Amino acid sequence: MMLRESQIMKIHYITGIAALFVVAVHIMMRLIMPYSLSLEYENVIANYHNVPYLVLLESILVLIAIHGFNGLRIILLELRQSKAWEDGITILTIAAMMAVVAYGTRTIIIANGFGLGFE
Amino acid sequence: MTEQVIEKIESMEKKREKEKHGKETIRSSVVLKIYRANKRAGEQPHYDSVEVPVQRWTTVLDALLHAKQYKDPSIGIRYSCRMASCGSCGMKINGIPRLACYTKVSELEGSTVTVEPLANFPHIRDLVTDFAQFFSHHHDVKPFVQNENADIKDKNKLSEFMQSPEDLDKFLQFSYCIKCGLCYSACPTVATDTKFPGPQALSQAYRYFIDNRDNATKDRINIVDDKHGIWRCHFAGSCSSVCPKGVDPALGIQLLRGHMLGFSKNEKKIADLQDRLRKDEEAKQ
Ligand code: SF4
Ligand code: FES
Repeated sequence: MMLRESQIMKIHYITGIAALFVVAVHIMMRLIMPYSLSLEYENVIANYHNVPYLVLLESILVLIAIHGFNGLRIILLELRQSKAWEDGITILTIAAMMAVVAYGTRTIIIANGFGLGFE
Repeated sequence: MTEQVIEKIESMEKKREKEKHGKETIRSSVVLKIYRANKRAGEQPHYDSVEVPVQRWTTVLDALLHAKQYKDPSIGIRYSCRMASCGSCGMKINGIPRLACYTKVSELEGSTVTVEPLANFPHIRDLVTDFAQFFSHHHDVKPFVQNENADIKDKNKLSEFMQSPEDLDKFLQFSYCIKCGLCYSACPTVATDTKFPGPQALSQAYRYFIDNRDNATKDRINIVDDKHGIWRCHFAGSCSSVCPKGVDPALGIQLLRGHMLGFSKNEKKIADLQDRLRKDEEAKQ
């Protein structure tokens, strides 16, 4: 399925705005206790056991990966104009985006300890 | 509405004129530093300096023509109307894309005027550049009214399009474009992406898109909705600041994008010519 450029750009703008929102919530949650305390091992693991927080982290990961890698695709598109280059960078950025999302999701799942907060 | 817009433009122009005169420097001569190159003939790029006499009203084009007539007839320049109408004499004057016939020497700073060919265009010779790609982008956006309901074949049925002053206002400023290419030359995206249509073609796409006589809306959007199309505009706005005709191509691009993103609806009512003709005939009977 090929998306039109206007559809891709709509996704780009929406993910950008949504990322601003979720990152703001993420930063606020870091500040509900002294910053250094919030990064202590127990607190970090506790965060990963909190399901709403997990959803927030996963959405930050997905939104920023989509927005960032599409931004990279746009920058690279302007460097050279040939079908092979365009197709190459499209495939490359999609693959890189999926790899980052998969790796990040794996980290979240491991840190959660597969219990998803229901232990 | 149209009169108000025209009044506003006139008062802005008067203000600008006043400011210009305030900045004028009266000199009796200037040195033209002219970019010279002819790769095909093996002439490497260099600058020639020529001193020319000037008066308060001397334009850069006048000065160049003086140099060409009395000092060096081989200087390559393109021009025609000498009154900012044909769009042929675009060049970089002191680093900024301008029309040579619309730039007075007295409004420039310093006693040396550097003239170079427009950036973002393939170079031909001296100050002359190749507009083929620029015109092909313009051609690609189909810059003409398309309306399959228009009865242009049957002479007896020929009817006019109705357009209110409000409808006209929506595209009027964009129709002042003289295709001089200054905006194309100033555009940072064109500098890196040769497939990008450029501000001129994109603003013309909007000009016909918003024209209520045109009903090829979908087709027009499909043309610019491309990997190298309208979305590659970075909104630097340099196109609008160099346009000598007061067109605001950056505005046209953003308005068209707004329509494509669904922020603004295309509310134009396409004139149904057949229907109007029928009504006219009924009224006559
Ligand atoms: S929009 Fe302005 S600068 Fe661009 S081609 Fe038209 S008249 Fe020239
Ligand atoms: S000579 Fe026609 S625009 Fe300058």
